[in-house]
Amino acid sequence: MNVTYNDFVIRFANVNGSGSASANGMFAKALFRMGVPVAARNIFPSNIQGLPTWFEVRVNEQGYLGRREGVDVMVAMNAETYAEDIAALKPGGYLFHDNSKPLPASLKRSDIREIGMPIATLLLTEFTDLKQRSLFKNIVYLGALSALLNIEFDVITGMVAKQYKGKDDLIQPNIHALELGRRYALDYLDSPIEHQVRRTDANGDRILIDGNTAAGLGALYGGATVCAWYPITPSTSMAEAFERYANGLRVDRKTERRKFAVIQAEDELSAIGIVIGAAWNGARAFTATSGPGVSLMSEFLGLAYFAEIPAVLFDIQRAGPSTGMPTRTQQSDLLGAAYASHGDTRHVLLFPSTPKECFDFAAEALDLADRLQTPVIVMSDLDLGMNDSVSEPLAWDDARRYDRGKVLDAAALDGIERFGRYLDVDGDGIGYRTLPGTHPSKGAFFTRGTSRDEFAAYTENPDAYQRNMERLQRKWATAATLVPEAEIQSDGRKAGILYYGTSAAPMQEALDLLREDGVRLDRIRVRGFPFGAEVYEFIDRHAMVFVVDQNRDGQMRTLLVNEGDLNPAKLISLRYYAGLSISADEIHRQVLDHYKAQKLPRLKEVGA
Amino acid sequence: MTFVAKPRTRHPLLPLNELDLTRRDYEGAVSTLCAGCGHDSVSAAIVQACAELSLPPHRFAKLSGIGCSSKTPSYFLDKSHGFNSVHGRMPSVATGANLANRALYCIGVSGDGDSASIGLGQFAHIVRRRINMLYIVDNNGTYGLTKGQFSATNDRGSTSKRGVPNLYEPIDLASMALQIGASFVGRSFSGDKRQLVPLIKAGLMHPGMAFLDVISPCVAFNNHNGSTKSFQYVREHSAKLMEADYIAPSAEITADYEAGAAEDVNMPDGSTLRLRKVEASYDVHDRIGALAHVQRCQEQGEVLTGLLYVDPDAADCHDVLGTVETPLNALAEADLCPGSRELDRLNESFR
Ligand SMILES: Cc1ncc(C[n+]2csc(CCOP(=O)(O)OP(=O)(O)O)c2C)c(N)n1
Ligand code: SF4
Ligand SMILES: [Mg+2]
Repeated sequence: MNVTYNDFVIRFANVNGSGSASANGMFAKALFRMGVPVAARNIFPSNIQGLPTWFEVRVNEQGYLGRREGVDVMVAMNAETYAEDIAALKPGGYLFHDNSKPLPASLKRSDIREIGMPIATLLLTEFTDLKQRSLFKNIVYLGALSALLNIEFDVITGMVAKQYKGKDDLIQPNIHALELGRRYALDYLDSPIEHQVRRTDANGDRILIDGNTAAGLGALYGGATVCAWYPITPSTSMAEAFERYANGLRVDRKTERRKFAVIQAEDELSAIGIVIGAAWNGARAFTATSGPGVSLMSEFLGLAYFAEIPAVLFDIQRAGPSTGMPTRTQQSDLLGAAYASHGDTRHVLLFPSTPKECFDFAAEALDLADRLQTPVIVMSDLDLGMNDSVSEPLAWDDARRYDRGKVLDAAALDGIERFGRYLDVDGDGIGYRTLPGTHPSKGAFFTRGTSRDEFAAYTENPDAYQRNMERLQRKWATAATLVPEAEIQSDGRKAGILYYGTSAAPMQEALDLLREDGVRLDRIRVRGFPFGAEVYEFIDRHAMVFVVDQNRDGQMRTLLVNEGDLNPAKLISLRYYAGLSISADEIHRQVLDHYKAQKLPRLKEVGA
Repeated sequence: MTFVAKPRTRHPLLPLNELDLTRRDYEGAVSTLCAGCGHDSVSAAIVQACAELSLPPHRFAKLSGIGCSSKTPSYFLDKSHGFNSVHGRMPSVATGANLANRALYCIGVSGDGDSASIGLGQFAHIVRRRINMLYIVDNNGTYGLTKGQFSATNDRGSTSKRGVPNLYEPIDLASMALQIGASFVGRSFSGDKRQLVPLIKAGLMHPGMAFLDVISPCVAFNNHNGSTKSFQYVREHSAKLMEADYIAPSAEITADYEAGAAEDVNMPDGSTLRLRKVEASYDVHDRIGALAHVQRCQEQGEVLTGLLYVDPDAADCHDVLGTVETPLNALAEADLCPGSRELDRLNESFR
């Protein structure tokens, strides 16, 4: 037997609504607790019950946690998808299934290994309750996997005990179902199989968390007090996380009153309107949505741009349109978000790659919005937002102070002769603002779109309009110096690869694969828009730059060409948009294809 | 063009209120609306009401959507901040503004196009949310700013300036507000200051959502004979329910009411809302009765004006959400950020 440790892809094929999510989640967590890096990916339908759903876990001690093509172990619990599930297995892979009913002969594959277990039959004799019989199928296979993959059993039982703490009557039957599966696997199956788990400390102090939870916490730490949102997958869990943690951490101990307000609005127009109203009135406010919501928010986003209101928006991107593949991941809102609205508008974007960055950028976005007095959109996606992955622990520096930007209080107003809301006093394009109710006689102004002069007086004078638009351009240039800098690893290669967001997850693995094929690339991970000077310098320094997009049209490439007035020929578009997250194999293949098609030199490293 | 600020010399004859301010201190920029536009009368009534209540003129948040009506917040209370937002979405902006700072008086001014067409959804939902504000619709039955198209409050059969009849049923915002749970609903007429000013005062003092439908004729597009929102039509067809005099706790502002037909409504801030009933049988606390009465009048071609309904013990959105008394925008960082030690605990929960 050719045993490998802590390096495989396991996929669970289930029926939506069958209770598999919690068992599968426990599986990933058990491995994480054994110190093994994991990334979970929930591939689910837009459906509440009945349609097929998959849960894939990439297990990799080296920390390659992007998606990898091919499945090593398939837990096939949905007869309806047997055919595609069996086809997804790599040669030599394991097919685990419930053989209470035999597998149709037509589906047999000679190059895979079948592990049959009569789960339904086992449950029939052990449990009388119909609901338990169905629910515990998931627990039984979890028990069996503990034997097959060599997962420490007490890690799993410990999790069950913790999950049902206080509900002792649930712990016993769950443990019994776990043991049922484990016993059977030890007694009658060839346990363990070639893919095994082994305790290690590769996770260090890292945590297992999804991006939306981290972003919700980031908004809480960043001082958001108003959250307005309208339910839409995959953003919902961010607003819910904010509310859940705020209910625990932002309640006055004595009065039990809340130091925050969450409004589930009637639609996204209202959600962003509430955010803008709250921010205009000096509260830190945010909304979480996805592409269809950004479309609805567009008019308001333009207003906020021109009226210079800080507003924070999380776009947890998914495939379009509204009734398309709402539960599949993509990075397809870039252009829509960057230029949302009518008139000459541009918006600051942040691109987090990890849950830790979701946390950091949430707080950062609130600072940036206040500093720049403009909307800031955090561009996450379904893969990052909804799936658990190993992340650096969240960190907060207690010495850090919120940057509330240029806001004049009553004393400051007393100190100036004449307040001009839209005067560019500091030359950075950012005026000083005042909050409603600050001063009895100074500083009040009327907020409207653009028909105003530097003192916020109504005017439709062409020169005044143009001056204002030019100042907004200066502000945009200031923004380029304030957004998070791109992360660059440069070894003086001729070619580079530029990526952002979740394309970071498979990148190291892809670059390592390419290196084996004699292709070595410098890399740059873009983290903000407008692009900082370092982005253009990187492109300038390289003869050719691959631009990785998880959308069909190469939207990042378009942004780069458009904003930097760059030569498009230099930017090779590398795209994946089928609704799963981009894999290392995909990046590897596309780069290599380009090298081969262009007959570019590939130099293999000699020796080690 | 830019308007020159009016000189703020205090007129010796203007009466001072409790803050030693005159009505001039509550005014705004010079209006750019058509001469005679009903909306200007509503702005003037707001100025009078706020001055008479001796409210600090800088402690308001003025919100509006888009339309001639929505321009008006710059024509009153210029010591306060105002926000001319997008068409039909004032309610959401007002919601946010009120959530951020519950200590400010919140006035939203909208039009019938703004609130009954493009913004009907937002109108309904802010009423449901019980935002503590005064929500005024300057209702002229037309889209003034886009030059005279019918609005959704226009009565069926009413004709446009060009003589074309309106084919569709009207939406009555006051009835809707009653139905969805507004805790204060009134209707008035821009030309009837004696009724309008007390209603505005009462609405401002009301501790929840106060909605006022103010019929406010458009002299440019909807003040001709075939219109049911013209000055003449409303004067001839209005059925006055009652007049409301708002009496502040200290001194009575208006003493101009007939004895014997008054009813005092106690306001939560200790002040009194005095209602003068035209019909002795009308009960301002009866939501269902109010709805029926409004509709009966409508059936008879009459516009019922006055205070239609009030729940003096209303809860507002902050009560519902259980937020702290301190305005959310005034909370200190220590109140907002749980700190690194808490984060260590949170990290542990993700291991
Ligand atoms: C999204 C959008 N659509 C259309 C318009 C054009 N528009 C401006 S004002 C207005 C109607 C205003 O009517 P109303 O609210 O009744 O105000 P009035 O002018 O009658 O006081 C319209 C349709 C707009 N500003 N925004
Ligand atoms: S068009 Fe009508 S609503 Fe607009 S300002 Fe003139 S009179 Fe008033
Ligand atoms: Mg109108």
